[in-house]
Amino acid sequence: MSDLCHLSLVEQARRVAVGGATARELVDAHLARIDALDPRVHAFLHVDRDGARAAAEQIDARRSRGDKLGPLAGVPIGIKDVVVTKGQPTTAASRMLAGWTPPYDAAVVERLRAADAILIGKQNCDEFGMGSSTENSAQGPTRNPWDLERIPGGSSGGSAAAVAAGFCAASIGTDTGGSIRQPSSMCGVVGLKPTYGRVSRWGLIAYASSLDQIGPMTRTVEDAALLLELIAGHDPRDSTSLVDAVPKYRSKLTSGVVAGTKIGLPAEYFGDGIDPAVRAVLDRTISVMRDAGARFVSLSLPHTRLALPTYYLLACAEASSNLSRYDGIRYGQRVERKGASLADVYRDSRSAGFGAEVKRRIMLGTFALRAGYYDAYYRKAQQVRALIKRDFDEAFAQVDVLLTPTAPTAAFGIGETTTPMEMYLGDVFTLACNLAGLPGLSVPVGLTPAGLPVGAQLLGKPLDELTLLKAGRALEQRCELSPRWPDLGEVEGAS
Amino acid sequence: MSTVAPVGDAALPAVLDEWEPVIGLEIHVQLATASKAFSPSGVAFGAPPNSLTDPLVLGLPGTLPVFNRRALELAVRLGVATSSKIRARSRFARKHYFYPDLPKGYQISQYDEPLCEDGAIDVLVGTRRMAIRLQRIHLEEDAGKSSHEGATSHLDLNRAGVPLVEVVTAPELASAEEAAELMRSIHRLVRWLEISEADMEKGQLRCDANVSVRRRGEDRLGTRTELKNINSFRFVQKAIEHEILRQIRILETGGRILRETRLWDAMGGVSFPMRSKEEANDYRYFPDPDLPPLVVDAQIMGAVLGTLPELPGPRFERYQRELGVSPDDARTLVSERPLAEYFEAAVAARRPEAAVGVRGRAVANWLLTELLGALNGDDKAIGDSPLSPASLAELVDLIEDGTISGKIGKDVFESCYASGQSPAAYVESKGLRQISNEAELLKIIEQVLVTCAKQAADYRAGKEGLFGFFVGQVMKATGGRANPQLTSELMLRALKS
Repeated sequence: MSDLCHLSLVEQARRVAVGGATARELVDAHLARIDALDPRVHAFLHVDRDGARAAAEQIDARRSRGDKLGPLAGVPIGIKDVVVTKGQPTTAASRMLAGWTPPYDAAVVERLRAADAILIGKQNCDEFGMGSSTENSAQGPTRNPWDLERIPGGSSGGSAAAVAAGFCAASIGTDTGGSIRQPSSMCGVVGLKPTYGRVSRWGLIAYASSLDQIGPMTRTVEDAALLLELIAGHDPRDSTSLVDAVPKYRSKLTSGVVAGTKIGLPAEYFGDGIDPAVRAVLDRTISVMRDAGARFVSLSLPHTRLALPTYYLLACAEASSNLSRYDGIRYGQRVERKGASLADVYRDSRSAGFGAEVKRRIMLGTFALRAGYYDAYYRKAQQVRALIKRDFDEAFAQVDVLLTPTAPTAAFGIGETTTPMEMYLGDVFTLACNLAGLPGLSVPVGLTPAGLPVGAQLLGKPLDELTLLKAGRALEQRCELSPRWPDLGEVEGAS
Repeated sequence: MSTVAPVGDAALPAVLDEWEPVIGLEIHVQLATASKAFSPSGVAFGAPPNSLTDPLVLGLPGTLPVFNRRALELAVRLGVATSSKIRARSRFARKHYFYPDLPKGYQISQYDEPLCEDGAIDVLVGTRRMAIRLQRIHLEEDAGKSSHEGATSHLDLNRAGVPLVEVVTAPELASAEEAAELMRSIHRLVRWLEISEADMEKGQLRCDANVSVRRRGEDRLGTRTELKNINSFRFVQKAIEHEILRQIRILETGGRILRETRLWDAMGGVSFPMRSKEEANDYRYFPDPDLPPLVVDAQIMGAVLGTLPELPGPRFERYQRELGVSPDDARTLVSERPLAEYFEAAVAARRPEAAVGVRGRAVANWLLTELLGALNGDDKAIGDSPLSPASLAELVDLIEDGTISGKIGKDVFESCYASGQSPAAYVESKGLRQISNEAELLKIIEQVLVTCAKQAADYRAGKEGLFGFFVGQVMKATGGRANPQLTSELMLRALKS
């Protein structure tokens, strides 16, 4: 295992800043690991080797000239393939966008570049972010570094696996119904879905606009705090972006605070359907935290059982609309048979370009928005969404944060989950957070007897990421995984 | 494909005794903003194809709309001017259909929560002022343009994303003429409010018409058809007249009207079906999650109310009631705001003693006949007039107070129009003051009767047709400056004595 490549993002940045390592060394070490190990993991869809090396050399040159460097100078960061990057291909893991290179950067990418981060490559995911296992990628699944026969979770599976495998210091993921938190849990990394509107969506390829949010996936809570601080903030190009000032999360994090923190345990998240091994890790976590001075309160979020149907109605409706633009006319894949009409071109291009799960969700969403059915489905789902949000408001009147399992199971086997419904049920603990627009953090808190990571999810009040991060830090300090990282074997030249 | 041959307009009035047309219009007006409705690209007509685009206009993945607040202010102006109810919080909705000139696969529009509802607009049909109800006015974005050459299609997205308002009238227009007048009223109003150039040839003002007919006395509405692509005032009238007659013919021969969309072909003077209801799109409207509710706050309302000019309808009435203008002239005066403003400036500049209650009548005459005639001849707009409103007022005053005659007035007008000089100064410098002094005129009349003694004898012998000759001689002798009325009186007296 490479020392350099499993350092935290904060530590990697510090080494470059003080001259303990050059940016080029960092980039070379990570590229060596990717080249040696990613053929087995398949976390990346595109690795920008030349661009990363050139950017690293520039940073080293600027450092030697004494120029001021950004807070992430020289640190390699991976980007989920649903976030557009100028000059690097962006496909959302779909055949539909094969070969498309965006002419512009997402807001989050602009901010990373401004911080002098190295954008090392684009990471595999479920097509357009639709899935919970990364098996829905048109380029084939990503494998879990802890067990290569298992899925890494999804949809940001490539991003989670890359952080666990030491292919990058951190990843930028996206989360519509759990797509940052669930793979973070399954790969043993830290994943934060910020409050809706906290991070600009400009340049995020939309799946479900009212639920999508970009966030950091890291090896430590402190890393997540630093990365959030750098990517959050108002962006006039996103009308749903929040204007609130961004706290200095990292410096305010101090050490993990838990004594006196009131933590709610919602009964609906600890019922049947949780894998006993996951349940055991969570029980141990709760008892460790209670010993550390946390006060646990049992409570109820009564509309939780409605979150799953509500989510799939709203997300699919928005997806059916957002994906209308992929018509093969201006960019992406076009299928045009001889003598084809315009309608044929649309049908053939979309039939060939989209995978089965994307088509399923477009069909569901199109159905839900049909004239005459809007009130029964979409409007009703919005009303239920308001009830779910109210449940949380009432809970947060009593407690500071909520603690739940991130997912009902640890990573499952590739190809093991065969029906869509079975797959959807895996998101049951993460969806409500998106429906309510709340911040959610997944922190690794233990391993199952089979040696698979389990994450605890912390849910907080809108814009109260700091409380989540402080509580998360306390979990991290008291529930460290052992071994901390999966063993993928030594890599020559990667230290 | 069924087409109907063009018919003569003459056929219409007879059948209309029995059949009643019911017409509603959907009118699209491009708003005169500098940039697009939801992205920073510029707006211009005739720019090179696809030069006014950006990632959002192209529908690239990851782009997001940001609403141009300027478009809101312009739309609210129209809402206030039509006494519409303005929704404090309205919503943008997505309207879905697939077409290459719609890059996102949906149009951002408004659906069940439009910006304005329940308004009305003044329509002048001839000189009759009537109010037509407006069901709604909503904001939306324009689509691009596709053109086809054989097997190749071209796409120009310059127009895509240009802000529009769609104005929907109640189905209560009773004739093609009223529909055409409604279009003229919208055209006049949006130009009046400076929210659009509304040039139909540039597609800045466009119209779709819903037309049905029913037997007079019948309550139930007939099946309607939608006519698209009627893009001139003349075509609005022709296309609707054609459609009314087409429907009546079908019904009178026992046929049934199909609910369909028909495309008007102005060249052929016919319409043909575009798509039937069975093929109609389900637009799958839903609130656009990328855009927060559209809020009309006190600041916007204040800005709109503070700058709203008096509207054409009220001015049409006021010019007649307070300024003595004829209905026809009043209609012309309110046809465009610069003309009305010129008129009002001229009326305001008249001397205080000018006839109360009819101060505007002579100004309107001079403005609409002489000045507009001269400007039209020079291909100039009222705003470029070399003669200021004050000068026109001065000219009218000089005539009304008898300083110069109307005939001399025309000469003064022409000279001052050419030179830009003040009429009063010109009259003084050229010594054109009218002679209204009886003694002075009598002297000239005596002179004329001496010179033309033979004609005077003939007149007195009964050739009364010679009277004009004598007046003409006086005019000739005075260079046209003799007061014509006084001259006539004195001459008559002199000849009879």
